[in-house]
Amino acid sequence: MAVKEKEVKQPLPPLGTWAPALALSWLIPGGGHFLLKRTGRGVLLLLSITTMFICGLMMRGYMFQPQTGDLLTTLINTGGFVGDIASGILYLLTTWLGYNQQDMPGMGHDYGTKFLVTAGLLNILAMVDAFEIAAGRKN
Amino acid sequence: MPNMTLSHFEAAFLFALLVSVVMGIVTKSNDRDRLHYGIYTFACFMVALFGLGWLMYLGHG
Repeated sequence: MAVKEKEVKQPLPPLGTWAPALALSWLIPGGGHFLLKRTGRGVLLLLSITTMFICGLMMRGYMFQPQTGDLLTTLINTGGFVGDIASGILYLLTTWLGYNQQDMPGMGHDYGTKFLVTAGLLNILAMVDAFEIAAGRKN
Repeated sequence: MPNMTLSHFEAAFLFALLVSVVMGIVTKSNDRDRLHYGIYTFACFMVALFGLGWLMYLGHG
């Protein structure tokens, strides 16, 4: 009989210790790492996520808008929108400066759309990493 | 904004490279493990890329 180990739930540290790093990490990819003095990792995250986002833009990728309808439409468009907006300042600048593209058929555009969403998803991973460092759960 | 046109392979290679860098950074706790995991992730992407490519080529007839 397998012995189940009880997971020890760690208490959430005070908001002030991790919220600024998390917010900066969303706004600027790698920004949370810069704030926490992890400069090397911050630079790599900034370069990787920004390169992916800019490549997506140059491939004329489509920025999702939240839409409701059937389950698949809602899932794709809302999920894609969350992925896009997770890129922080990159998404905001693109939208404000009017660089977002219409949805078009084609292999290049399709790759571009995936690059844009993936940049946001990678930034979410960077945000989680910054949170864990700020909360003292990770070095 | 300049236009960028990549082949399937170039786009998949670039994607694999950038994702591997981030995966390596966020998942491990020291630089040596980060480098190893980044290379491992990139190798997995390449194996999947060539494997699926050949599978589609052979399956298409």
